[in-house]
Amino acid sequence: MEPFREHIGLCVPLDRVNIDTDQIIPKQFLKRIERTGFGEFLFNDWRYYDDGSINPDFILNRDLYKGGTILITGANFGCGSSREHAPWALLDYGFRVIIAPSFADIFKNNCCKNGILPVILSTESVEELMLASTSEDGYRLKIDLEAQLVIRPDNVSYSFEIDNFQKNCMLKGIDEIGWTLQFESQIADYEAKSGI
Amino acid sequence: MSSKTMFKKIWDNHVVRELQGEATILYIDTHLIHEVTSPQAFEGLRLANRGVRRPSQTFATMDHNVPTTDRSLPITDLISKKQMETLTENCEEFGIRLYDLHHSDQGIVHVLGPELGLTQPGMTIVCGDSHTSTHGAFGALAFGIGTSEIEHVLATQCLLQYQPETFEIRIDGQLQFGVTAKDIILSVIGKIGIDGGTGTVVEYTGSAIKSLDVEERMTICNMSIEAGARAGMIAPDDKTYEYVAGREFSPKGEEFDKAVATWKKLPTDSGATYDHSITLSAEDLVPQVTWGTNPEMVVNVTETVPDPDKMPTQHQKKAAENALVYMGLRPNTPITQIAIDKVFIGSCTNSRITDLRVAAEVAKDRKVSSGVNAIVVPGSQAVKRQAEAEGLDKVFRAAGFEWREAGCSMCLAMNDDVLQPGERCASTSNRNFEGRQGKDGRTHLVSPQMAAAAAIEGKFVDVRAWGN
Repeated sequence: MEPFREHIGLCVPLDRVNIDTDQIIPKQFLKRIERTGFGEFLFNDWRYYDDGSINPDFILNRDLYKGGTILITGANFGCGSSREHAPWALLDYGFRVIIAPSFADIFKNNCCKNGILPVILSTESVEELMLASTSEDGYRLKIDLEAQLVIRPDNVSYSFEIDNFQKNCMLKGIDEIGWTLQFESQIADYEAKSGI
Repeated sequence: MSSKTMFKKIWDNHVVRELQGEATILYIDTHLIHEVTSPQAFEGLRLANRGVRRPSQTFATMDHNVPTTDRSLPITDLISKKQMETLTENCEEFGIRLYDLHHSDQGIVHVLGPELGLTQPGMTIVCGDSHTSTHGAFGALAFGIGTSEIEHVLATQCLLQYQPETFEIRIDGQLQFGVTAKDIILSVIGKIGIDGGTGTVVEYTGSAIKSLDVEERMTICNMSIEAGARAGMIAPDDKTYEYVAGREFSPKGEEFDKAVATWKKLPTDSGATYDHSITLSAEDLVPQVTWGTNPEMVVNVTETVPDPDKMPTQHQKKAAENALVYMGLRPNTPITQIAIDKVFIGSCTNSRITDLRVAAEVAKDRKVSSGVNAIVVPGSQAVKRQAEAEGLDKVFRAAGFEWREAGCSMCLAMNDDVLQPGERCASTSNRNFEGRQGKDGRTHLVSPQMAAAAAIEGKFVDVRAWGN
C-alpha cells in the first residue's frame, strides 16, 4: 500500500446519503480477477445511460470536476456488500480521500487497506464543504493525516478522529499481513493452547 | 468474575494479541470463501510469496455467479466461467476444500456452512461477503470482510480488529400467524435505520427470538448487516445443539458432549450490560414490504407508500423522492394495490428447507397469477434434495413456479437471473438497492410466505388472511 501523509486535491460533491457499494460498482463488474481497471465502471449506472453514452448531468461527468480526488458525500457511505471492488474502483478513478458524516464499517476498513483515507466530519461541516465545492469552481482541500486536519483554501480547518494504529499503518504504508506475521509465534502458541 | 456478554466471551477466547494502541489480533476458526471476492487475495499471496497458514480451516464454494439452470450444459458466461476456474485452480494450489458447481453439497456459502457443521457456537467465522452475519444465529461471532482481509486470514489465520460496541435488540412476545423472522428483522431495520447498527455487534434476545427455530434465527442474523451492524448473534440453546449434531464437520460422540458443555457457557451473563438496547413487541409486528431502495424503506403490508413531503428531514425527503421515482410508485398507494411481474424465493436470507416448506404451503393447490414469472432457488443442493424428497418441487411446479439449481441467483443477479428494466419483483432476498436485481429493476423485500402469496395474487396481499 502507498503511504498516505497529506493530500491536496479537487473536491467532488456527491450529495446523497446511504450510497451503497452496488451503486459504487455494480455487480456485473465483479467478475474480473484483477484489482485494477475498475475506475471506468465507478458509479456506472449513474454515469452512463443504457446505451453506454455519458450522462452529462452526473457530477463526475461535469468538466468542472474532472480530475477530482476528494469525494464529499452523505452519511453511511459504502453500505451494503463487502466488495473491495468499491474502493478499488474509487482508487482507480483517482480518489484518495472521502469525506462524509459516517461510513459503513466494512467499506471504511477496505478503504484504509487501499490507501484511501475515509474522513469523518460532522454533518454540518460536510454540508459546508459540500456547498463550497458546489458553488466555487476548482474548490480544493488539503488533508493532513499526521495533524488529522482538513484544511480549506481560506485556512480554516476541521479536525477529524482516526484510530492511532490505523493512522500509523496509512502514514507508513504498512503491510498489515507482514505486521501480523511478526507475531507468528504468538499465533502458534494460541493454536497449541486451543488444540488447533 | 465480572459479567460478560456473549460477544465479549467469544472475543476474549480468540485474542492472540491485544495491546493498547494496536489493533487486536483475533484468531479465526472458520474461513469461508467464494469465487467473486477471493481471486485477488490469492494473487496477493503469490505476489508476496506467502502461503496459506491453515488450509484445513478455509472452505470454498461457488455460489455468486453460478447458473441455476441445467448444469449439464456448458457455462455460456465466459467471464463467470473464468472466475470459477480461477477458484478451482487456487483451491488446488493451496490445498483448500472446494464445493464446486458439480459437487453434491454445493450451495450458497451461508447455507452450506451451517449445513456441513462448519458453523458452531463460540466460533469466529469470516467470509468475503457481508451476509456472513448469518452464522451468528448459532452463537458465533461471524462477520463479512473485504478481499485484503481474506488475504490476511489466508496468510495468518487471524484478523486485525477493533472491538465494536454491543447492541441488544430484544423482541418479546408471540408472533401472529403469517408473521415471520423476516418481518422481525425488516421491522427492526425500519425502526433503527440502515445505519442504526453501525459500529456494533447486535445480540437478539427475548422470548420471540427464543421461540424461533435455528433457520429462522439465521434469517434474522443474516440481515444484521442491513442495519449496518458488524455482526448479529443469538445465544445457542438446545435447538442449536440439535441442529449442529451429526453434521459432517460437527464434533462426534464424547467430543460433542464436551463441546455442548462449553457452548452452554456462552450466553450473556445476567448482569452484563450492552452499550445500546431497544425492545420490540412481537405482537405488534405484521408482515413487512419494502417500498423504496434500501431496507429501512419498509412499511406494514396494511399501510400505504409513504409521502416524501411527510418525511421528518430534508435528506429523508430527498431520498424518498428519489426512491419513488426509481420504484415507479406514487405516494399513498396502498401496498396491496402494487402489482408485480416477478417473484424470487431464494438467497442466503430465505432459501433453506423451512423457508421452502412455508412458501410451498401457501402455493399448494393454487396457481401463479398469469403474467407473473416466479422462481424458487434452493440455497444448496442439499436443500434441493430434501425439498424434492418432501415433494415441495412438485407443489411449486404444479402452481407454476420454476424450480432451479442452488445459488445466489437473483439476489444480486450476477448470473442470468436478472430483472429487466422496470420489472417489479417480490423477493425474499436482503437488498432492494437500485439495480441490485438488474438495472432499473424494482425490488420489494418480503418473507417467503408473502412472496408466494404475491405470486398467486399478482400483487401484494396480507398473508395473515390466508391462515386457518
